[in-house]
Amino acid sequence: MKAVAFEYDAPTTADEAVGLLAEHGDEAKVLAGGQSLIPMLALRLAVFDRLVDIGRIDELRGIERRDGALRIGAATTDAEVERDAEVRAAAPLVARATPLIGHLQIRNRGTVGGSIAHADPAAEYPAVALALDAELDVLSPRGRRVIAARDFFTGLWSTALAPDELLAGVSFPVWSGRSGFAVEELSRRHGDFAIAGAAVAVQLDDDQDRVRRCAVALIGMASVPVRATSAEAAAVGVTIDAVDPAEVGRLAAGDADPPSDVHGTAVYRRRVGAAVVARAWTAAVGEARSG
Amino acid sequence: MAEVEVEVRVNGEPRRATVEPRLTLADLLRERCGLTGTHLGCEHGVCGACTVLLDGAAVRSCLVFAVQADGREVTTVEGLSDEHGLSDVQEAFRACHGLQCGFCTPGFVVTVTAFLRDEPEPDDEAVRTALSGNLCRCTGYQGIVAAVHEVVARRRDRAGAG
Repeated sequence: MKAVAFEYDAPTTADEAVGLLAEHGDEAKVLAGGQSLIPMLALRLAVFDRLVDIGRIDELRGIERRDGALRIGAATTDAEVERDAEVRAAAPLVARATPLIGHLQIRNRGTVGGSIAHADPAAEYPAVALALDAELDVLSPRGRRVIAARDFFTGLWSTALAPDELLAGVSFPVWSGRSGFAVEELSRRHGDFAIAGAAVAVQLDDDQDRVRRCAVALIGMASVPVRATSAEAAAVGVTIDAVDPAEVGRLAAGDADPPSDVHGTAVYRRRVGAAVVARAWTAAVGEARSG
Repeated sequence: MAEVEVEVRVNGEPRRATVEPRLTLADLLRERCGLTGTHLGCEHGVCGACTVLLDGAAVRSCLVFAVQADGREVTTVEGLSDEHGLSDVQEAFRACHGLQCGFCTPGFVVTVTAFLRDEPEPDDEAVRTALSGNLCRCTGYQGIVAAVHEVVARRRDRAGAG
């Protein structure tokens, strides 16, 4: 099918883009890489009078390490993230999630900001942003504000962004020390949205094998990406050998509220979720220990 | 709705058109440029038949609006062969039975062309992962995977001989 007709703007500055969003309100939609929006338009699941294409705004692209964080411009493509050595060094969780996004043709167009603003609960970047407590840098006619990832995802495909706000960039805090990271997913075919998945970060104390901090974010396990807070609370401060990965998985599955659909029931998703959390936990701990 | 002027270089030739913003790059190529080698299967980014190169990167042309390609360079399957005949990727698809009905083939050929440019010595898993965004309902994929390995082997032989 073809999209319903719309007006199109291609601003070259973020200010101009924000001005257009302010002028047109919720009749306008930001077009970033379009890899989620264009299918929705083509299937007529979504209709907008106007698209504001941010693909020609250079200031929204780029990857930069500053102030203990890795900042990725919203319009930076997944493929650029995938190729970037700084991402691998400063934000391994981002680097490991990226190849799981769609297929190479999708990653050549899809963007970090687009994925997060689209807020699909089964997508990788929203869960990674939540796991790492990323800060989302937002522009509007009222200026600049920062939204914490934990306050950003408000519902299925819904965020804290107002209609005149533009996601400009994402800052992922750098975890240093003895840290490990893993993303595990189960999907029916490579590149599909996961039936269930988990992004895990673990940091151990410098001088002993005790969990200093950890983050377990669940992918496709609720209407929003969620942190498995009871699993995290049970592990922090505990000697690593005393933490049973299967128990972390079981607790995490209890923190989820998975949907039932053609790919699996909620009960099935909880079981798969527990397994992928356990797997990701084991992998992240293994890396943290060797660090 | 306001129409927009676009200029896209397609297979080295500048092409101008006045388009509705909702016109996809795939429809621009097929209907305005007459380049029907780019096939449209699903039109929502699942099948990969419409894969083209946009500034050298493999993309699904049904998930790019023509206006987004304004000022950019597009290579379609028609641009991969020259007066000397098929490209080595196309030759390998023929030699290894990498196609049957041929509907998906342009998308595969374009994808593989970009993939092997960026990753000239892939292992089997990398090949299969790279092909995962393109669907084929005839071949069972074995011939396609074999074709990719065949290109790698031939290029290695040629480099060795040179």
